[in-house]
Amino acid sequence: MEKTALHSTHKRLGARLIDFGGWEMPVMYRGIADEHHHTRTVSSIFDVSHMGRLYFKGNDAEKLLDRVCTRNIAKLKVGRSGYSHVCNERGGVIDDVIISRFEDKLLMVCNASNREKMLAHLNAQSADMKVKIDDQTKGTVMMAVQGPATMELFANALEKSPIKIGDMGRYGFVTGSYMGVNFSIFRSGYTGEDGVEAVVSNMVGVLVWDRLTADGGDKRPTVKPAGLGARDTLRLEAGMPLYGHELNEDIDPLSAGCGWCVDLEKEFLGVEALRKIKEDGPRRKITGLVLDGKRIARQGSKILSGDTEIGEVTSGTMSPTLEQSIAMGFVDAEHSEIDKTLTIDIRGTKVDAKVVPLPFYKRAK
Amino acid sequence: MGVPTDRKYLKSHEWHKLDGDVCTIGITQFAADELTDITFVELPDSGKEISAGDSFGVVESVKSTSDLYTGVSGTVTEVNDKLGDEPELVNNDAFEGGWMIKIKVSDAGELEKLLDAAAYEAQLDG
Repeated sequence: MEKTALHSTHKRLGARLIDFGGWEMPVMYRGIADEHHHTRTVSSIFDVSHMGRLYFKGNDAEKLLDRVCTRNIAKLKVGRSGYSHVCNERGGVIDDVIISRFEDKLLMVCNASNREKMLAHLNAQSADMKVKIDDQTKGTVMMAVQGPATMELFANALEKSPIKIGDMGRYGFVTGSYMGVNFSIFRSGYTGEDGVEAVVSNMVGVLVWDRLTADGGDKRPTVKPAGLGARDTLRLEAGMPLYGHELNEDIDPLSAGCGWCVDLEKEFLGVEALRKIKEDGPRRKITGLVLDGKRIARQGSKILSGDTEIGEVTSGTMSPTLEQSIAMGFVDAEHSEIDKTLTIDIRGTKVDAKVVPLPFYKRAK
Repeated sequence: MGVPTDRKYLKSHEWHKLDGDVCTIGITQFAADELTDITFVELPDSGKEISAGDSFGVVESVKSTSDLYTGVSGTVTEVNDKLGDEPELVNNDAFEGGWMIKIKVSDAGELEKLLDAAAYEAQLDG
């Protein structure tokens, strides 16, 4: 199994480690609910170094990404990031990614479990192009720091450095070199909270983690480590899709509620299929559900209207913030209207569930 | 660590503590730790007859849903109602306050077939 540079840090902190996309990663340190609440109220740091980091250089870097991405990459400005899907010819999602434009290169952050598939896809699609793809996943650490106190805490930690993150808007990023160390800090995340994701070399990453999590004393809020368990409950409350659950090669971005990252005016792989889906309207739609009672609907649970099967759950959990059992799933479009009561079959037990708008949780501005 | 030696275990992590002809059942601290934050425990009604090997309920945690099994047969005489509001009792005190059901056993001999503490611990390592 692959290990991130922070592996020994996680062990020292007593994390429970699991296999995630071929990487041994921390699922929790103190408890999923505790880590979840700390993220919603203060700030948490997550090791996301397992995620693929692919850099593109050369004359055709933009052309390649515009060929494979649903988002219009030509319109992406320097210092900005954008969420996109990469689709197959049928419009199914090969992966969901974030593209960032540097002065001299482009970066794709992809899911750990899809990195090798993505590299093969990119190599096949760039056979006729002048582009160099540089996989930096194993040479760098990527940390997500998320929560309402993050920007202040992060600025404090950087106060003696020339790195300024204050003016960076959502989906903006800063990059540079400080004391010989290259870094990039992105204002993005996967929790529904404000925060940043930072990429630095392996050696420095370990020091940055320790610096950020150092106890600030009684008076100051402290960044605490959080694992993939909390990351999952946080993103689910925020209504964000997870590859392998809400997204896969048989699900298209429009049905998944991600039409906003698809530019049907440009040409890219899968666009014809997606234009057809747009014209006909998606057959099934991603739907938010709040369940009666405390049972949790898991991926694969059937969704019914009366006795008729009309959909399937893709993710479910007991929401630590709302203290309600929540789920996302695909439901036949005609049954996905807000406030409609559906039924979920949880291992033979029928549970009522109300259709609600996504996201389940939205942070106060 | 060490699991209590005053009771018997199933491989599926339920403990069984016999007191007279009443057997109290719960899950081990190891299982509770593995499940992480327990959010819900579904238990049978008092008076229900259950047989060794049956599933008597369900435990939900943030990460998974697991069936609960009994290693002894009998009639459920009491369930731990506190778990309705405080399912986290199972995480915090799996061997005492987090108990789940009490059964009036029909054949105390069935307990002899279950694992003792040492055997339970040994198979955890394997």
